Amino acid sequence: MTLWQIVIIASLLCLALKLSGYLVPKSALEKPATSRIANLLTIALLAALVSVQTFGHGEGLQVDARLPALVVAAVLFSLRVPFVLVVIAAAAVAALIRLSGWG
Amino acid sequence: MSKTESVARPKEETVAIQDGIAVGLSAAAYGVSYGALAVAAGLDVWQTCVMSLLMFTGGSQFALIGVLATGGAAAGPTAIASAAILGVRNGIYGIRMAPIIGGRWWLRALAAHVTIDETTAVSTGQPTLRSQRIGFWTTAVTVYLGWNLTSLIGALIGDLLGDPRQWGLDAAAAAAFLGLLWPRLRQRQTIAVASAAAVVALVLTPVVLPGLPVLIAGLVAVVVGAFNWFDSAPKKGAA
Repeated sequence: MTLWQIVIIASLLCLALKLSGYLVPKSALEKPATSRIANLLTIALLAALVSVQTFGHGEGLQVDARLPALVVAAVLFSLRVPFVLVVIAAAAVAALIRLSGWG
Repeated sequence: MSKTESVARPKEETVAIQDGIAVGLSAAAYGVSYGALAVAAGLDVWQTCVMSLLMFTGGSQFALIGVLATGGAAAGPTAIASAAILGVRNGIYGIRMAPIIGGRWWLRALAAHVTIDETTAVSTGQPTLRSQRIGFWTTAVTVYLGWNLTSLIGALIGDLLGDPRQWGLDAAAAAAFLGLLWPRLRQRQTIAVASAAAVVALVLTPVVLPGLPVLIAGLVAVVVGAFNWFDSAPKKGAA
């Protein structure tokens, strides 16, 4: 698969999912399990992405400068610091740790 | 619009416009991190921008580049599946937004493309139908223009940076996912699912192909959601 194919197929799928919401009848939401699972799926995938992105290293795991950066990010999010500032802070923490030769 | 109409704008419509612009601008701001991370994950500037124009849903875009960053183009199918599963919620938003948007089919199709977290949240937070529509479209225009512009800027910056690890961009990606997750961790059930999914993905990472740990972790949500485990029943004596 080329990167272009991946980009286009994924984009069209996401677009189709958005359109489908306007086409299905409202009763589709009346079954509470359906909307509950959809909501929890978002959470599960995001949480999995956090952990893989923090510890994943090739096909193994590794603890490095990303972990302290994530801890700093969690503290800042809990203090309601805006998204973009937290992301920059996390990058800075990891970059500085690596610059100092620890990570 | 005639002058007399604009003078008599009700207060709730002004609030809807203000909400839309504020939320839209803050969402657009992190397009820079998306653009830089996309280039770091191996996409070129064009691919990065096509995603923002066509996919236009931050969670899915971050997920796709997250999987590509670990697995490369070989992880294409799982990258696509991750992006699609995170895009399911936009379909759910569409069901809620359809009666509010109304109008002709082409207006609904246009609305569908910009039916995401931010537009739905602003719209459903307004008191009247008219202010809900104004809130939706104001947010949509602000986020769409801002997100695409900042994605391009981020991609160009990312192109200049070189080794993404040296600049902590891999840590920035983890922080970005955490930021998308954070506002959703309100109930016991969501916290339980997030914790379990994070552990499942971690345990599977050394065992299965890149991208798959994230997808398999999604099963946690299906099981917990189907049986409604960890449901936050109203506590006795709590307000």
